[in-house]
Amino acid sequence: MLSRVANSIYWMARYLERADCVARFIDVNTHLMLDLALDQNSAQWYPLIATSGDDEDFTRRYKQADESTVVKFMTFDRNNPNSILQCIFRARENARTVREVIPVEMWEKINELYHLTQSQSRKRSVADLQDYYREVRQSGHLFTGLMHNTMSRDMGWQFAHLGQMLERADKTARLLDVKYFLLLPHNDVWKDSAYDAVQWGAVLKSVNALEMYRQQFHTINYKDVTQFLLFSKAFPRSVLFCLEDASAALDTLTHDKAEANKATREMAILCKTIHSSDASHIISAGLHEFIDIFQYNLNLVDEAIYESYFKD
Amino acid sequence: MTLLTLETYKTDGFYDELFAENGVAHPSARPLIEQIDTLTRAGLGRRQKQAEDILYQSGNTFNVYGDKKGTEKILPFDIIPRIVSGADWAKLERGIAQRITALNLFIQDIYNDQKIIKDKVVPAELIFSSACYLKPCEGLKPPKGVWTHISGTDFVRDGDGEFYVLEDNLRCPSGISYVLENRAVLKRILPALFHTMKIRPVSDYGDHLYKTLKHIAPEGRDDPNIIVLTPGIYNSAYFEHAYLAQQMGVPLAQGSDLVVDDDVVYMRTTAGLQRVDVIYRRIDDEFIDPTVFRKESLLGVPGIMNAYRKGNVALANAPGTGIADDKAIYAYVPKIIKYYLGEEAISHNVPTYICEDDKEREYVLANLDKLVVKAVNLSGGYGMLIGPKSTKAEQKEFAALIKAKPRDYIAQPTLSLSRAPTLIGNGIEGRHVDFRPYSLYGEEIFTLPGGLTRVAIKKGSLVVNSSQGGGSKDTWVLEDEAEAN
Repeated sequence: MLSRVANSIYWMARYLERADCVARFIDVNTHLMLDLALDQNSAQWYPLIATSGDDEDFTRRYKQADESTVVKFMTFDRNNPNSILQCIFRARENARTVREVIPVEMWEKINELYHLTQSQSRKRSVADLQDYYREVRQSGHLFTGLMHNTMSRDMGWQFAHLGQMLERADKTARLLDVKYFLLLPHNDVWKDSAYDAVQWGAVLKSVNALEMYRQQFHTINYKDVTQFLLFSKAFPRSVLFCLEDASAALDTLTHDKAEANKATREMAILCKTIHSSDASHIISAGLHEFIDIFQYNLNLVDEAIYESYFKD
Repeated sequence: MTLLTLETYKTDGFYDELFAENGVAHPSARPLIEQIDTLTRAGLGRRQKQAEDILYQSGNTFNVYGDKKGTEKILPFDIIPRIVSGADWAKLERGIAQRITALNLFIQDIYNDQKIIKDKVVPAELIFSSACYLKPCEGLKPPKGVWTHISGTDFVRDGDGEFYVLEDNLRCPSGISYVLENRAVLKRILPALFHTMKIRPVSDYGDHLYKTLKHIAPEGRDDPNIIVLTPGIYNSAYFEHAYLAQQMGVPLAQGSDLVVDDDVVYMRTTAGLQRVDVIYRRIDDEFIDPTVFRKESLLGVPGIMNAYRKGNVALANAPGTGIADDKAIYAYVPKIIKYYLGEEAISHNVPTYICEDDKEREYVLANLDKLVVKAVNLSGGYGMLIGPKSTKAEQKEFAALIKAKPRDYIAQPTLSLSRAPTLIGNGIEGRHVDFRPYSLYGEEIFTLPGGLTRVAIKKGSLVVNSSQGGGSKDTWVLEDEAEAN
């Protein structure tokens, strides 16, 4: 497979997954606001920006974080490379350069999503955009379904899967962080209160994890949620699950090569750090700090993949 | 008043592709007309909208120039198909095969022995003064003797009902993706007709193209790596390049994906360099190799011409074929056919005045208001004067251009282009059309039974080019009843 094509297919999948996850972030925040019965004036939107990692860019260009500015920044801002619109735009540009290797339905789905996004891009309130966010998430499912059901398990699929899994691992970890940034009335984020069960429930719901979680843990508390979303071996959106899948894809891709490369080495290091941790250990050392380090290591993997496969 | 049904459709004295005369359909078109007549105005409009939605969704769209919001549009598409009868097609097919055979021999001769020049059939000055004559191609002998693997012959039908060849398009003809897409759309929106009419299929074009390309693979490369080479995502035909690569299941590469080492072409893959054997290149001759042609080209592959000369890679089409596309050379095609094949031309040329010739130029300058003037090396409806539709000022401008560079211009009588019923607003009106079938020259010459019908959407306009606001229609070539029975 052409290196340029492999690169595009990897990013096509990553950007689509990112768009999907941003829609989920907004969804979880909306539910949190509703459950806390906060009115529009006191609603907290800044945590979303902080979690996204794009807070510098946001504060430079926007006066305050309210529903309208955060919705614009995260959904339709053409100058924010991680807004849903930009992610879908870039997914489409990448898809356009790999049209010959992906099933036509996959291209059409991305194309349709892009046009839908364009048509919605003047809206600024979550209420008006409910259907749109839902459509973004549904498209994510459809796209993944098409990928799994209509693509041969060749290099193209492996690169797409690799991109999707790494992005998902990153975003699931960030989602856990939303709660950290949320300035609760008592400012004690780890206190398990009645509210907390509701709020963690919203986090689980936004990654379609609520039912699966309940089957394992039955009641909601932050330690078990952290354990589930970071370390579940069975749930396909947990960080560990995503990394193991990504690692397997990388192994398949490397199989053709004579020796293990930088990408597989970095990946092995990352997997090891996750394997050697558990929820109680992380919580006592600080979940936010853990996620910070995790993301740093994830970036190293991404850079190594670029060097091992996409660079000329 | 708008015409609402085909019953009230007026041919206005033009040759019409579906109607023999007002109220009377050509026998081949009858089932189609009857079906359309059963549809209400709303039903027709709904199908038109549905067709446009399907095309929009497929992503064969272009950006509206100067629009920052990224508004995209499809090329205009008309749901009423154009029909070519089996008998008409049989003649077109023979005419095309004859032309391509002769033109291929001509190109081979021009870059090698130049017998046709020595025998004074085509003037030497005309060849060597052509911008399309490429000196670096002298002495080239492409694999299996084929230069023009893919061509798209432009035809128009005149008032007498005869098809005339306008252009041979032997370089990188585009538009085949529209042929395949338009058909896919009509199968969805007018499915019933495909049961009742014997419409010849076009969907196997990718198979034919692949076989044509495989045929020219270098000796000993039994399982050749075939690719499509595109100038990139910003090229207006990029959709088509990707589409064709997809139809054949081969990689779509850009110049930067390829590298030449020791006169062998390789592509950069995730598993290292991999040899490339056959390239269907959609990059023009002048851009394909900056070490041989345009030095500033970033689209091409440095060294590819040497690899080609050594027979280590095959190119389709071969570089240099443009010489037979020069509109002044076009005038000689009937003589070229006679010279190489000893036959009379089956498909007719449009009479052509060569402005380089003193007598003919004089005639052209005196009749600018009646003739169509064309630049010899341009296509796409550019560099063209349509006499009867032009202003005095435009005629003056062209007179000056012709006098300054006579070699660059030819003129032809203005044809009375045939029309086809087209959905315009709420009604159906006649619009002028042309026709471009696509041919492949591999082991033998194959012409896909279908083609691109371009339609000038503007009332009265004779310019069908998409760059000038033209649209397209699906083209139904029917089984030859006489042959089928």
